Amino acid sequence: MENDVLLRMQGISKSFPGVRALDNVSLDVRRGTVHALMGENGAGKSTLMKCLFGIYTKDSGKILLEGKEVSFKTSKEALDCGVAMVHQELNQALKRSVADNIWLGRYPTKGPLVQEKKMHEDTREIFKKLGIDVNPAQIMDSLPVARRQMAEIAKAVSYNARVIVFDEPTSSLNDAEVEQLFRIIDMLKKGGTAIIYISHKMEEILRISDDITVMRDGKHIATEPAKNMTMEKIIKLMVGRELGNRFPERKNKPGKPLLEVEGLTSRYSNLRDVSFTLRESEIIGVAGLDGAGRTELLENIFGLSARERGRLVLRGREIKNRNARDSISNGFALVTEERRSTGIFGILSIRANTTVSSLKKYLSYGFVLNKKKMRRATDDMIKSLRIKTPTQDTKIRSLSGGNQQKVIFGRWLLTEPDILLLDEPTRGIDVGAKFEIYSVIGNLAANGKSVIMVSSEMPELLGVCDRILVMSGGRLAGEVNAKDATQEQIMTLATKYA
Amino acid sequence: MENKKNTRFRRGFDEYKTLDPAEKRRMKREFFINNALYIFLIAVIIAIAIYRPRFLSPSSLINILSLSAANLPIALGIAGAIILTGTDLSAGRAVGLCACVAASLLQASGYANKMFPEIGTMPVFLVIALIIAIGALIGAVNGFCTAKFNLHPFIVTLATQLIIYGGLLMYLTLGTNNGQSISGLSESYTGFINGSILSVGGTAIPNFVWYSIIITIVMWFVWNKTTFGKNMFAVGSNPEAAHVSGVNVTRTIILVFTLAGALYGVTGFIEGARIGSNSASTGLNYELDAIAACVIGGVSFVGGIGKIRGVIMGVVLLRIIFVGLTFLSVNQNMQYIIKGLIILIACAIDMRKYLVRK
Repeated sequence: MENDVLLRMQGISKSFPGVRALDNVSLDVRRGTVHALMGENGAGKSTLMKCLFGIYTKDSGKILLEGKEVSFKTSKEALDCGVAMVHQELNQALKRSVADNIWLGRYPTKGPLVQEKKMHEDTREIFKKLGIDVNPAQIMDSLPVARRQMAEIAKAVSYNARVIVFDEPTSSLNDAEVEQLFRIIDMLKKGGTAIIYISHKMEEILRISDDITVMRDGKHIATEPAKNMTMEKIIKLMVGRELGNRFPERKNKPGKPLLEVEGLTSRYSNLRDVSFTLRESEIIGVAGLDGAGRTELLENIFGLSARERGRLVLRGREIKNRNARDSISNGFALVTEERRSTGIFGILSIRANTTVSSLKKYLSYGFVLNKKKMRRATDDMIKSLRIKTPTQDTKIRSLSGGNQQKVIFGRWLLTEPDILLLDEPTRGIDVGAKFEIYSVIGNLAANGKSVIMVSSEMPELLGVCDRILVMSGGRLAGEVNAKDATQEQIMTLATKYA
Repeated sequence: MENKKNTRFRRGFDEYKTLDPAEKRRMKREFFINNALYIFLIAVIIAIAIYRPRFLSPSSLINILSLSAANLPIALGIAGAIILTGTDLSAGRAVGLCACVAASLLQASGYANKMFPEIGTMPVFLVIALIIAIGALIGAVNGFCTAKFNLHPFIVTLATQLIIYGGLLMYLTLGTNNGQSISGLSESYTGFINGSILSVGGTAIPNFVWYSIIITIVMWFVWNKTTFGKNMFAVGSNPEAAHVSGVNVTRTIILVFTLAGALYGVTGFIEGARIGSNSASTGLNYELDAIAACVIGGVSFVGGIGKIRGVIMGVVLLRIIFVGLTFLSVNQNMQYIIKGLIILIACAIDMRKYLVRK
């Protein structure tokens, strides 16, 4: 009884004009197990899940829940049948309280009135059960992203769902929070919940899954017990070829000092007295827990947040970086953390997205934008960064995360920066594309550019950077050499002032 | 409860005393910004009262109170639309139509220019129900077009306000009326609205003030304590999130506009009797005052943000300023300029509350 199939998706196919997005895909999820769904972006994982939730109508195939055929037309129907999803992109009513968000769509009522008190008590109870430390009355957008993510997970759990789909749940969580999530997943497994877990992080998948299904190009490639799988094997199945190393070879040679940051302290956040030196052709990583001030550090250098005190010295000359424009003209570039809200212009074309920060370069007669010049610049970027897109007129939001990120890189490269500030540059991007982003970063450094890169993934910092600064509680807790440091060393430093 | 608040305040004050001067200065500034609207309101009242002491006489205060009360329902309706990141340009015309229809059905039976002589005097409550239904229908159409055709309410209501106005002009030519303004209202109607059961300092408080207060209380419950209200805020804050959580977004949008329409009906019914002589220009530009009141009161176009007390504050503040300017005998042309500046400044100060400092 214990290992029987709870959710069975059988021979699901789905076509869009010109594309066969799903080709006869089957997936069996057993009660009380974690079934990892893997594949590169565009492999059809999301499409499959959208067919499950009725966001797309499948062309053919059957979905059986506990042996009974179901066909959800809305996410409400799915939720009512005990099928819930933790969405990858946080989908929350930010101006409302945590409790309001969790019970959205099913407020407990007595007569015409909502039972506010019950709502808060139930929320507190769920949080207590899951070990989440969030005040239910707090307004969502006053919480850091990781806390919001935990609230979202709690919401899915609160449906008492029999099947929960986690779509990239850890992309904004730090290691401690990931551990907490795994405890929650373990608890759910013991309670008999079937879990579909979509992630690009191999270590995670191998640790928590019971079964692994790999998809590629809309087709089912393999399903195997996790214990028979290795990282190399999964990657091979996913990309359809051997991928060699996870990180490209380091080609950059750090040169003479370029930027000195002295005693950087922000006015409104906890960033205090951060000093370090960045050299030419160097990649510095910034590690730390959520709230350690990593994003604040980048934003402060880039002039997006008010500086209480501190100096920036570029090539021996003090610079102010008062705002983004000032910073760009001083040769800085910032790839932001939340790509969807502060990176891309979703409904604009690739060309518009690449050229937006360097429009002055494409003027004719001093005031008319020359489309030909913009085309050429965009083409250069598409080629050199190997951006996969049908045309440069394609809307950027229809690209995969990895290709969107490359467009953002292209935008900044066109401003000809010396220093790139990267905030979680590979968040929500799949393995193959991650490797390409690492290569882009490595090549930039090899060509004389300097990089400061914030990441929550320690293997990535260790694999890509020269040195790693570890932040804790808004301060610099220490520095390690990426070539011989261990994750434990970094964690110890990260909790120094936390 | 009182006690708890008190100790919290005491503790807050003790904490305040230990802060260094720079922190103190910042806290004072924050306090000023967070309560700027109230401080501004008090300052305005004091300033006007110094020049014209009669401004604070019972008759003047009750005048402000009743003018505010008449405009509160329409503002509460529009506030819902703004919370959905929309707006409603048809509100004023809807008020006008409702006022004229109400007046035409409730003219005194002996009145010489009675629009429909054959109907006699209709029961007031029947007409109220009808008027609210007309308002709600207008709102439902606005909501339906917004939700189903995925149009911005600005466009939808820009169109519907023209349609309503045309309809109103045609309505005014019906019966014996021939496009004139409608007056000679029946005692049952004017008494119901303008009559009074309570006087303060020799000035009667008109009945409609109480109706408005009751409606405001009901609206407070609707906004804060019902599933519909919470869904409204959720849809305004993030329609996508509401949708995947199982909220019927389309229905919520239609209901918000329908409720708004019903509230325009209420304002129309009140205005019909309060003004006494209604024409096609009744209700003209009411929506603009109502929108101004909402944004002054912190109902944000960002969506998902707004409080009943904010709307009340906005309506009252705007009314005090309108009445105050008249009291100070400020030139009419100048009044427009001052109103415009006040809306700008009040909203700019209020916006600072929501700024995330970086």
